[in-house]
Amino acid sequence: MNTSNLVLIRKNQTDISDVVRAAYDELTIGKKNNLKRRKLFNTLFRCLCALAVVLAVSVLVVLLSSVFIDGWQWLDWQFLTDFPSRHVEKSGIKSGIFGSVMIIVITMITAIPIGVGSAIYIQELMRESWLKSFVKTNISNLSGIPSIIYGILGLAVFVRILGFDRSILAGALALSLVILPIIIIATSEALAAIPNSIRNAALALGATKWQMVRDHILPNAWAEILTGVILATSRAFGETAPLLIVGALSYAAFVPEGIFDYFTTLPIQIFNWTGRPQAEFHQLAAAGIIVLMAILLVTNSLAIFLRNQFKRKII
Amino acid sequence: MKLTTLSIVLTVFLAPIYAQAKSPLSGTIKVDGSSTVYPITEAIAEEFQKLHKRVRVMVGVSGTGGGFKKFLASETDINNASRVIKEKEFKTAKEKKIGFVEIPVAYDGLSVLVNKNNNFVSEMSFKMLKKLWEPGDAAKGNSVKKWSDLNPKWPNENIKLYGPGHDSGTFDYFTEAVNGKSKASRADFTASEDDNTLVRGISEGKFAIGYFGYAYYVENKDKLKALKIKEKQSSKAVAPIPSTIADGSYPLARPIFIYVNRKSLSNPLVAEFVKFYIKSAPKLAKEVGYIPLSPKMYNDSLDRINNKNIVYSFYKKNGSSVKK
Repeated sequence: MNTSNLVLIRKNQTDISDVVRAAYDELTIGKKNNLKRRKLFNTLFRCLCALAVVLAVSVLVVLLSSVFIDGWQWLDWQFLTDFPSRHVEKSGIKSGIFGSVMIIVITMITAIPIGVGSAIYIQELMRESWLKSFVKTNISNLSGIPSIIYGILGLAVFVRILGFDRSILAGALALSLVILPIIIIATSEALAAIPNSIRNAALALGATKWQMVRDHILPNAWAEILTGVILATSRAFGETAPLLIVGALSYAAFVPEGIFDYFTTLPIQIFNWTGRPQAEFHQLAAAGIIVLMAILLVTNSLAIFLRNQFKRKII
Repeated sequence: MKLTTLSIVLTVFLAPIYAQAKSPLSGTIKVDGSSTVYPITEAIAEEFQKLHKRVRVMVGVSGTGGGFKKFLASETDINNASRVIKEKEFKTAKEKKIGFVEIPVAYDGLSVLVNKNNNFVSEMSFKMLKKLWEPGDAAKGNSVKKWSDLNPKWPNENIKLYGPGHDSGTFDYFTEAVNGKSKASRADFTASEDDNTLVRGISEGKFAIGYFGYAYYVENKDKLKALKIKEKQSSKAVAPIPSTIADGSYPLARPIFIYVNRKSLSNPLVAEFVKFYIKSAPKLAKEVGYIPLSPKMYNDSLDRINNKNIVYSFYKKNGSSVKK
């Protein structure tokens, strides 16, 4: 009884290996069948991704074409060189263009050194500790705060306490607060992407941390940092809420004469025109949007050109 | 002949220079406040700066209430206001010893609007408007949800309500006039600070109703129908047209104002601007979609800004003011 059982088991064992082999065969055959299915899924995945792109682009196309259809007719030299007016045909966007450009320049002058500097300190010079992760987490959080909050902060600190009044400087400082987290995060990531071997090599040859950052880290990271700066500039260009709070004007028929002067910006002009009852003003707003996009396109292309220059130098 | 040509040439070329030299005024005037008054102030600032090239008039839009905050912090010379100053704001003015002159600049006929294709309603009484807009029961809110709740003959369809947001002077005025208390309104309506959003909402919904300023109705007459309004059940319903708004027979006609800081008025530049404002308001207010006041009201205002002894000068129909 026992022996026969054993034999049976042994027999079964061989059976099992047979079964395994059979199963394996089946599996490989199955795999052959599976290949078709996998290819099908692959095609499906491809189609879905393509659909996502088509959706995103078509929304953009619809938006842009409606803006262009509305605004194209008002777009001429006079529109760029005149101040706003209650007469649609005499109305222009000069004060907005000057205000926007001046504010962006000052925003960049303040935000880039502070942003890049903070990122270098956090990423390169700070010791690994709970403090570092605490600071990093907080900066990530700051980038998610609604920009209007920075406007309120700007009103309290720059306009009232520091007494800059409702000036370009106050507006630009408020905007720098909005984009600082973006620049810091982008720069930190650019620095983190640089392999440690470069740092170690520099330090091993006796370079100071300052020499290491200046000669090895920054040149390799500039391209990435500039990408972050481009994103931040675009964001700052379009911001309206913080500037409204800080006190940008809705009607200004003058070009600001310095950083302590009052100002208006392109998005505020556009916002103002869309609120008017007359449909012609809405078309004027569309023309303003085209101007805003054109300026953004020019500055971004310039930045991308610069970035590519940096890339070429390193490689 | 030659002399004539020369003189013409001289006049043409020198006139602008002369005009510029003629104006001794220069400096900055700061205005802020209501978006309803903004188009008038903008038009007047534009004309004023044509005459006085070295003057800068700056106009901001932060709502009547937001504007008063800056005005009462002495940050602005003039505040655009689509309602009269509130008790609380006046108290602040007294505490900070900020004198002002209240000047009505035009009428706005607050319009109640329905969809163009709405054929069952053409007029409403204050009583019905109140029933529709009052806050209602504290827990459940206003019980009027369907048109048939207002009048059994009207369709059994949901009413879609549109109105200006809480920071708007128009909202304050309408709730006070209709519901009896400023800011007392039902909450379940689509609110927007941008009147164009309200226009769109009402023109797209057949069973929609809403209210906003007359200027926005004029521009969208082809899409909207303005209701005739009656104040009392027995009175005749009146449509919002320029003549009924100007003579006050349209019950929701309201004056809109500018408030001028008394101290700023001692600056000849601001005084000149305000006088120019009052003189040009009849023409320019009309141009941007508002109804001019009577000539007497404008003259009264001119008199009042010339009176240096007044600290708080309120416009009332008899022109009363608070003296020092």
